[in-house]
Amino acid sequence: MIRAVLVMNTQGRPRITKFYEFWPVEKQHEAIRNVFSVLCSRAEHVSNFVDAESIFGPDSRLVYKHFATLYFVFIFDSSENELAMLDLIQVFVETLDKCFRNVCELDIVFNYSKIHAILDEIIFGGQVLETSSTEVMKAVEEITKLEAASNAINLVSKSVSNWRSR
Amino acid sequence: MEQLKTIGRELAMGSQGGFGQSKEFLDLVKSIGEARSKAEEDRIVLREIETLKRRLLEPDIPKRKMKEYIIRLLYVEMLGHDASFGYIHAVKMTHDDALPLKRTGYLAVTLFLSDDHDLIILIVNTIQKDLRSDNYLVVCAALNAVCKLINDETIPAVLPQVVELLGHSKEAVRKKAVMALHRFYQKSPGAVSHLVSNFRKRLCDNDPGVMGASLCPLFDLVTIDAKSYKDLVSSFVSILKQVAERRLPKSYDYHQMPAPFIQVKLLKILALLGSGDKQASESMYTVLGDIIRKSDSSTNIGNAVLYECICCVASIHPNPKLLESAADVIAKFLKSDSHNLKYMGIDALGRLIKLSPQIAEQHQLAVIDCLEDPDDTLKRKTFELLYKMTKSSNVEVIVDRMVDYMISISDDHYKTYIASRCVELAEQFAPSNHWFIQTMNKVFEHAGDLVNIKVAHNLMRLIAEGFGEDDDATDSQLRSSAVESYLRIIGEPKLPSMFLQVICWVLGEYGTADGKHSASYISGKLCDIAEAYSNDETVKAYAISALMKIYAFEVAAGRKVDMLPECQSFIEELLASHSTDLQQRAYELQAVVGLDAQAVQAILPRDTRCEEIEVDKDLSFLNGYVDQAIEKGAQPYIAEDERNGMGNVSNLRSQDQHESIQHGLRFEAYELPKPPMQSKVDPVSSTDVVPVPEALSYRETHPISSVGSTSEAGSSELKLRLDGVQKKWGRPTYSTPTSSTTNSPSEKPANGASHVDSATASYSKSRDSQNTKKTEIDPEKQKLAASLFGGSSQPERRSSTGHKASRSSGGAADGSRGSKAVEKTIQQPPPPDLLDFSDEPTVTSALPSVDPFKQLEGLLDSSMSSTTNHNAGTATIAPDIMSLYGDSTASQDSLDIFHGLSTEPTGATSGETTVTTLPQSVKGPNAKDALEKDALVRQMGVNPTSQNPNLFRDLLG
Repeated sequence: MIRAVLVMNTQGRPRITKFYEFWPVEKQHEAIRNVFSVLCSRAEHVSNFVDAESIFGPDSRLVYKHFATLYFVFIFDSSENELAMLDLIQVFVETLDKCFRNVCELDIVFNYSKIHAILDEIIFGGQVLETSSTEVMKAVEEITKLEAASNAINLVSKSVSNWRSR
Repeated sequence: MEQLKTIGRELAMGSQGGFGQSKEFLDLVKSIGEARSKAEEDRIVLREIETLKRRLLEPDIPKRKMKEYIIRLLYVEMLGHDASFGYIHAVKMTHDDALPLKRTGYLAVTLFLSDDHDLIILIVNTIQKDLRSDNYLVVCAALNAVCKLINDETIPAVLPQVVELLGHSKEAVRKKAVMALHRFYQKSPGAVSHLVSNFRKRLCDNDPGVMGASLCPLFDLVTIDAKSYKDLVSSFVSILKQVAERRLPKSYDYHQMPAPFIQVKLLKILALLGSGDKQASESMYTVLGDIIRKSDSSTNIGNAVLYECICCVASIHPNPKLLESAADVIAKFLKSDSHNLKYMGIDALGRLIKLSPQIAEQHQLAVIDCLEDPDDTLKRKTFELLYKMTKSSNVEVIVDRMVDYMISISDDHYKTYIASRCVELAEQFAPSNHWFIQTMNKVFEHAGDLVNIKVAHNLMRLIAEGFGEDDDATDSQLRSSAVESYLRIIGEPKLPSMFLQVICWVLGEYGTADGKHSASYISGKLCDIAEAYSNDETVKAYAISALMKIYAFEVAAGRKVDMLPECQSFIEELLASHSTDLQQRAYELQAVVGLDAQAVQAILPRDTRCEEIEVDKDLSFLNGYVDQAIEKGAQPYIAEDERNGMGNVSNLRSQDQHESIQHGLRFEAYELPKPPMQSKVDPVSSTDVVPVPEALSYRETHPISSVGSTSEAGSSELKLRLDGVQKKWGRPTYSTPTSSTTNSPSEKPANGASHVDSATASYSKSRDSQNTKKTEIDPEKQKLAASLFGGSSQPERRSSTGHKASRSSGGAADGSRGSKAVEKTIQQPPPPDLLDFSDEPTVTSALPSVDPFKQLEGLLDSSMSSTTNHNAGTATIAPDIMSLYGDSTASQDSLDIFHGLSTEPTGATSGETTVTTLPQSVKGPNAKDALEKDALVRQMGVNPTSQNPNLFRDLLG
């Protein structure tokens, strides 16, 4: 299963962190720091895999990908395939890109809940749920639409009730 | 510059209000972005926490604002600060009716709370309600929360709803319900073991996505117990075949690969199922060959599938043709420029090397390149490979490489790991004593304190006993070479404590043995060590013991002992030490030196390290004294078991413990209201005239579940369900610990009261096996040199250690006591277990109580496979009808089980038919298309006689 998804910028600030098993906040933070120190010491054009057992305990692997100012990091165990995980990062980023048109770090900062909605459509409870970015987009758009609709209903009902009470 | 750009963009967004966040939030993000140091960032975040605390206390916060506060809380916690003061607001938000707020609430609680947090109890009710919601997005949000927040105590609260959702009309919900059930299974297998068949059923879902989701739990299940899933091999193979033939909808393609993630999962499952099973493996060969041939090696994901194919080929019963093509793929990987592919290639090579050792030779250069690569990950993977292909001919090169790398890195975790690998390889394959000692010295010198203490003890024992060869000359040569090397190393600054302990011990024992060095020289060196590392009490203790031995040998040899002044002062220092241990050692030394030669020889005889010391564990030498005391009217000793009451009390206790290990105590309380529910279910299902197949099949699984869980000792669930049956089933499970212990005579005494004899036996036996551990190296080496030219796989090593232990111990221990102990060893076949059992009786009861379950499962298995055959023959009956039939008779208890069993395989067979027509069912009700597909399926020879339910649906619809 996938243990955690981390997105951090090149200065080591976490942008999205999601642990699929519970980790106390301090341990999360420590792990993020350790991951960052490992990642930033790696040269360019080396493999995208890192030995993560010293950070995340036995049977854990780490795959990362570097985009512009962000590191995307997936931590998982031996039941997943490293190369496939690398492509899952690709799926995630592609979806973000479709969602925000040229996604940048700020989009991720300000759309916290939407990013999580996207991530939840791709990975569910630590297992890969969906790998087609169009499908994920469809699902996320549906959520947004319904959310907007429910907002509108609220607004309408409020205004109507206001109007009635007048 | 980056910052500036960021801010510019941010301002632009802020003015548009594009994200709907307040200015405050923007400012926060901006100031954190600008923070120059961690301290500054912390200050900003702490201020933010204060603001949020204040804001959250305000009355009547607008909901929109509240949502933002929660997000800000998440942000604070992501930056590593405590936001627990706001958890309750997140919990409250999950109760909200508005979808965006509810989703935010759920998001926050899943990120904030652990599954045993106190607040969970406030959410469970909401989750229950939301799982029943009409809005599927609400259901999805709730399922998401379920995965993270529900633990084994709360599983029963939501389980029925989640199971119901497996039949939801939306595939997105079904998919997530499968995943949630999987999560339950991971968290508490016992709680959902009766629902496992649902995963099989979902494998036949109309939606490929749901089918893909069900592969995840099935993978876990197969990992645990491959045997009971052998019947699915053909289904998996046919699914894989269809996926590879692009029979899934285009939307599942990824980079022109058809559903690669599903392929990867399937290949993983097949690898498990085919391992060691020739028949199952043979059914996979064609499809594997096809995939390897077809897969596109230019894309990343194509390579992922190829890699998975290699793993599968390496795991299943070998097929020369497939191995060949796998080797070709590996060659491609290794030749590639991408480090990722090289990494995968090295890994794959490590898997294949067990089957065909010669393949590594073609890639020697590539492997060396990877070893030289600056990329640490690749390097470590390569060491892994080298470890697997080590043999006595190349051990020197490999271990030297490993040691060099070990010295160069600073990562303690990996250092420990690679040090233990070096030691293991050196012990296994050492070409010469000299090399072995040198290597061990290097390992100790650079990773000393990271090495397991056992390794140090092993080394000492090895030096003491030699390699087990008969001629003493080699042994003493080994010892003097060790002494020489240690005397040289002592000079180095800052040696690890563990290494010093070894040095002290060896110098004490053998420093003066060959007469090359005088006692005063060695004792001087020992004092130097003690002085240089005066903070380390363990080293001092080793040093003083070594001194005592040296002086004792001198006295015994009749020479006069003249203590060096520094030794004198060292001993005096220890006489006044705060550590009682050091004091005692010092006093002992003084006393020994004062004795005459004969007495000293009796106390500390020379070169007796190899002799067995038998510990009289029942203290028989005190028997006379005890008898006397009893005669004088003292109370006889009552063993602890007897004092506690009945003999079976310990049994009961261990039973309890066993139960509590299986699931929390509170589980029982949750199950109490179940009996009426269960009794209701059966009548309902029989009166239900035309139930939906899914719902029906869920009920059917109940009989199976009850069988499964009855056999599981102490599962309170069915105790409550099957009131009448309970006693019948219950009894044997309680007595299982005792009954199964009698199976192996060696275990029995562990529970009884008078078991001292066998305890001693096992004790001395365990000592024996410890002692012999390092002597087994030698026969091992010989054997490996002779036969194991190819890669030595670990299982082989282990098995040889097992039976060799007794043989080599006979050779090593020449005393009569030693041989006695060996005899005992032979009488008791399973050596390592024994010790465990005598130490912890709880384990004894825990282990056997699993057994009946296993046996039952075996029973289920055979009956299942037979019914499968039967069903395959009469597969014309649509699965729905079959299940109806099964259910109508379900009220009869005895038949119940059989029908439960028979319906299940039907599900599996029907699964095949459903799956074969996957594409059409997804494409929608196009009758012509469906007919064509069906004809095609028939042509292909897949289930030629079966009627396709989907086909009819299409036609009628």
